[in-house]
Amino acid sequence: MNERMVHLEVLRYDPQVDGEPHFQRYEVPCKEEWVVLDALNAIKESIDPTLNYRWSCHMAVCGSCGMMINGEPRLSCHAFLRDFEGVIRVEPLANFPIERDLVTVADDFIDKLKRVKPYLIPGENKPIAEGEYTQTPAQLMKYRHFSMCINCMLCYAACPQYALQPLFLGPAAITLAHRYNLDSRDGGREERQQVIATNEGVWECSFVGACSEVCPKAVDPAGALQQVKVASTLDWFREHLLPGNAK
Amino acid sequence: MEIIDADVAIVGAGGAGLRAAIALAETDPKLRIALISKVYPMRSHTCAAEGGAAGVIKPGDSLDMHFDDTVGGGDWLSDQDCVEYFVKEAPRELLQLEHWGCPWNREADGSVAVRSFGGMKKQRTWFAADKSGFHILHTLFQTSLQFPSILRFDEYYALDLLLDEGRCQGLTAMEMRSGLIRQFHAKAVIIAGGGAGRMFPFTTNGAIKTGDGMALAYRAGVPLKDMEFVQYHPTGLPNTGSLLTEACRGEGGVLLNKDGRRYLQDYGMGPETELGKPQLKTMELGPRDRLSQAYWHELQKGNTVSTRWGECVLMDMRHLGEKKINERLPLVRELAISYLGVDIVTDPVPVRPVVHYMMGGISTDTRAATSLPGLFAAGECACVSLNGANRLGSNSLVELLVFGKRAALSAIEYIKDLPAADTAALTARALGSQARIRELFSRTDGTESMSGLRKEMTDTMEKNVGIYRDHAGLQEAVDKLGQLRQRYRKVVLNDRSNVFNTDLFQVLELGCMLDCAEALTVGALARRESRGAHQRLDYVKRDDDNYLCHSMVHYQGSGAPRVDYQNVVITRSPPGLRDYSGGHQ
Repeated sequence: MNERMVHLEVLRYDPQVDGEPHFQRYEVPCKEEWVVLDALNAIKESIDPTLNYRWSCHMAVCGSCGMMINGEPRLSCHAFLRDFEGVIRVEPLANFPIERDLVTVADDFIDKLKRVKPYLIPGENKPIAEGEYTQTPAQLMKYRHFSMCINCMLCYAACPQYALQPLFLGPAAITLAHRYNLDSRDGGREERQQVIATNEGVWECSFVGACSEVCPKAVDPAGALQQVKVASTLDWFREHLLPGNAK
Repeated sequence: MEIIDADVAIVGAGGAGLRAAIALAETDPKLRIALISKVYPMRSHTCAAEGGAAGVIKPGDSLDMHFDDTVGGGDWLSDQDCVEYFVKEAPRELLQLEHWGCPWNREADGSVAVRSFGGMKKQRTWFAADKSGFHILHTLFQTSLQFPSILRFDEYYALDLLLDEGRCQGLTAMEMRSGLIRQFHAKAVIIAGGGAGRMFPFTTNGAIKTGDGMALAYRAGVPLKDMEFVQYHPTGLPNTGSLLTEACRGEGGVLLNKDGRRYLQDYGMGPETELGKPQLKTMELGPRDRLSQAYWHELQKGNTVSTRWGECVLMDMRHLGEKKINERLPLVRELAISYLGVDIVTDPVPVRPVVHYMMGGISTDTRAATSLPGLFAAGECACVSLNGANRLGSNSLVELLVFGKRAALSAIEYIKDLPAADTAALTARALGSQARIRELFSRTDGTESMSGLRKEMTDTMEKNVGIYRDHAGLQEAVDKLGQLRQRYRKVVLNDRSNVFNTDLFQVLELGCMLDCAEALTVGALARRESRGAHQRLDYVKRDDDNYLCHSMVHYQGSGAPRVDYQNVVITRSPPGLRDYSGGHQ
């Protein structure tokens, strides 16, 4: 199998010794079909065991290995070396504090996920003994692609609004709220609206659409946020303009 | 050293750990639950499970049939009281997930859809496309967020259990971002730390599956049970080892050798079934052990296909058509295209068997309790003896749920009326963990490299402890692993930082894997028969007179482990013939 030398420029930072992050160059022999993660693993195994990054599944489903690769947020297990020429620059995901090397602090994202109440709040309480809630394939398809988010945080790294306004709930969290709002079994939309139809929620989004471009699972968060905006606007009209509906 | 007090501490936040945490929180909201994991919950390897989860729900199926499939699939090494409990609880647990929002595939009438799976006589595998584990994990994680009593300790690496008065009363764990060691004092501990497939070089398992949970219990004196039973999944991608789900065959995919022959018919799983009409429990829907063994024989005969990724057979799904593939197997198509450059719509995909699942693990009873009071275990790290000598696909996702919950209920029962903990005694023991880590950091006489030892271990496992085994190879592996464990004491820590030091965690993980690998190999050497996934070239038959029993491997510090045996629980199904001929045998 063909091998070639690949040059990587990897951001290094250890808060215990480094005042500032810096780049380190590595040259590593790589197989033609490898991904960037394979190259990092080869570095860690035989060149520099002190390099740190997160990874696990190597099949783009655990969401651990997001990084900036030549300036773009990518899953490193899904970034094929064959698609790059010259030196490949690898940095931690943008818009998050650096913990060490390519490892970022994810606390803010984890906290935001929780805030949007991303769990089923049943519309109708049905005991387990009475079996499943009925949901037709068409009802399933309404929300299914929004349920595919692997929480890899690439969309936060791509989002210009999150970069400017860290209070913004962000693409993945709002999309997840929307996923439950669209679920025929759910009755919790009103509770979630109080979190997502706010200035820190969808109204912060300027609809640049970068989130959907970088999403490795084609979840289309930008589409979800637009749907939330439209629905929230209709709510407002219903409440304020239609006679007899004022709260 | 900071002390965190909890009623129950859970190690591992994948499917079993999350299910346990939710059961604890729901049953008694006053309980303080510490959910400790070396990764964020949604990174846990449950997310990589594809095919689905088995539970009887449709007319024409029965608990007895699910029982029979599981017991026969496990080559009669399952404890039958455990299987009875499991098949009864399975549908309820799957419905519970449905009520929590899991996006199961549906029939046109809105009821849950089921699909065919290997070794199952009826369609009873619930599925969410081919991302079932992913959806189960995320549904559980998201559901867990509504319980304030579940306190998560994400990215904490568990070091040692804390024992006092003969009871497990907590553990030590290192916060990965700071390197600080904390003590968790808990009335009960549930280990849900997952499998150990990374002992092998070619595996579907993610990097995190290093047997940490198994080693925690093993070193604390709990035996590891039936470790020699390692499941090879017959259809992995030949380069990355990524899994191509059994649902590929459930939907009608077929396996071909270099002559285009559906070779499974030559290994007791024929006659050939009609293309596009998969028949349950025969040919491509035989059990995983038999399919992986058939591959090995084809390889010996020179019937495999040579590819740039090594020897393979071909899985052909072209006749399913693009529409069905996109609807039912989207992830498989995407994986094969991106990592292999093969579109399953237009071409057969090369595959080969790949280490996938540990049937063995921490010995537990049907209450998910171990022999150590206060310690419970569930999921792949445990061996509750559901899967016997060979797990049927789609039973393990349900096992996480059924026994994750069971561990929680057993723990709640156990912690009533416990005497108060002796905090000083626990702290004194916790200092042992600290000393162990300090020694690693201050070691100056290190001579061994972590990656070097790891490679010798994985090479040994692949060479000597694979699909077919014999005395000479196993003895060589036992000797080698004993040496590696000694050499491990001289391993060098290259990175001395306290912040997210993955060099340190890889060293610790390697220690866990070496202990598990030795237990596995010792169990395999001692079992002089062929049963399920444990096949011996020198003892080719199943031997119910001598080995209808569980291997129990006991840790002996730096010495070689000790093996003894425990009887299999038989309630109503005496050992019989495993028939996958579709009724033609």
